[in-house]
Amino acid sequence: MEATTQKIELSVTVNGTRYERAIEPRMLLSDFLRHEIELTGTHVGCEHGVCGACSVLMDGEPVRSCLMFAVQTQGHEITTVEGLGAVDALSPVQQAFHEAHGLQCGFCTPGILTTVTAFLETNPNPSEEEVREAISGNLCRCTGYQHIVDAVLLAAKKKQAS
Amino acid sequence: MKPAPFAYYAPTTLDEALSLLSEHGYDAKVLAGGQSLVPMMNFRIAQPAVLVDINNIPDLAYINAEEGGVRVGALTRHHQSETSPVMARHAPLIYSTMPKIAYPQVRTRGTFGGSLSHADPSAELPTLTTTLDAKFRLVSQCGERWVSAREFFLGLYTTALEPDEILIEGFVPELPPRSGWSLQEVNRRKHDFALAGVAAVLTLDESGICQDARLVFLSVGDHPMYAERASNLLKGQALTPEAIRAATELATTEEIDPGDDIHATADFRRHLAKTLCQRAIEQAHQRAQGKQ
Repeated sequence: MEATTQKIELSVTVNGTRYERAIEPRMLLSDFLRHEIELTGTHVGCEHGVCGACSVLMDGEPVRSCLMFAVQTQGHEITTVEGLGAVDALSPVQQAFHEAHGLQCGFCTPGILTTVTAFLETNPNPSEEEVREAISGNLCRCTGYQHIVDAVLLAAKKKQAS
Repeated sequence: MKPAPFAYYAPTTLDEALSLLSEHGYDAKVLAGGQSLVPMMNFRIAQPAVLVDINNIPDLAYINAEEGGVRVGALTRHHQSETSPVMARHAPLIYSTMPKIAYPQVRTRGTFGGSLSHADPSAELPTLTTTLDAKFRLVSQCGERWVSAREFFLGLYTTALEPDEILIEGFVPELPPRSGWSLQEVNRRKHDFALAGVAAVLTLDESGICQDARLVFLSVGDHPMYAERASNLLKGQALTPEAIRAATELATTEEIDPGDDIHATADFRRHLAKTLCQRAIEQAHQRAQGKQ
């Protein structure tokens, strides 16, 4: 039990890689990911839990990385959009977003991809209504949600086929 | 949009956490799910000098059926309540409301005890627990006490909690047979805080007369607004449209205190509360008769 406004040693696994950094307790998880370990795929929008752009997975569950302190991830596993797939090896969800035109500017996309990846693990065959509920915490300001919903339904099909 | 510096403690036992709160008093805040506290810290509306993170204390997350009700641990995540068959069976009003609270990513982290201790007058859990006559166990180094929901919520973000206390669990009584319940609310966007809302529970006797009733409003006062007189007015009555209208009228003209803000005027909130109250009583009545 260490108490200090001074830096704390953090050890956390992000996308399968262990990172160790000394950080201030007030550093948000979103800032840790972007500034300390330079994974800038996680986007920062509102910084108060409304927009969903910064959503990542902690131990497989979707969380707002702007509403957690990085020190709280001690010993946990974080997955960011970089951990879902690679440019030449897209995950089924990423591939479906590509095919169904589920993104335009791409700002909201990483938060939606991580959220949807977790959602399809627990609900592999969702209805359209369930998809809309699942992404209700992610704001998109350009494409509109129709293609995003199409992409999630397509991703579900792809995952079931594979 | 970055929090001010603070000292961070992550105790692994309740005793350590209570000792820290006793030592730091009003300078310390308990960090549970953080889904209200962290945004306030990001905006620097809250600048606690000390954070006591209770997430590493084991055995604070549970939903257990007991004689007469359900016991819910402080660190129970909203997502757990939303998917718990025990909650569905013993506290269906809470279970069915969970999906309305914020968004999936917030429900992963947000906690039962955190929402109650934060006491946002627009939040659902303070209103639901007041409606269901729940009680909370508050623990400090000096001992523990049980406080009823009705005595716990005192005002805007203000509760009966002393600075050295933690709300450790709640007990939610099960509704008796021939009971019905309802939560009605209006939001600008689904999952947002409600502009106005109301929860109702009713219990009928064998001939269909209302034996017990509780109406509690959210977002139309600085804490969950228990409309005691209107609730009493329903007791002993057949729930005719006239009786429902009379109780609704009394509750929404005399027992709520809506305010103006950028989202809605006080008058509009009162108007919503009136329509919602009538619907809530009607739906609870239907359920009590086994019709839904």
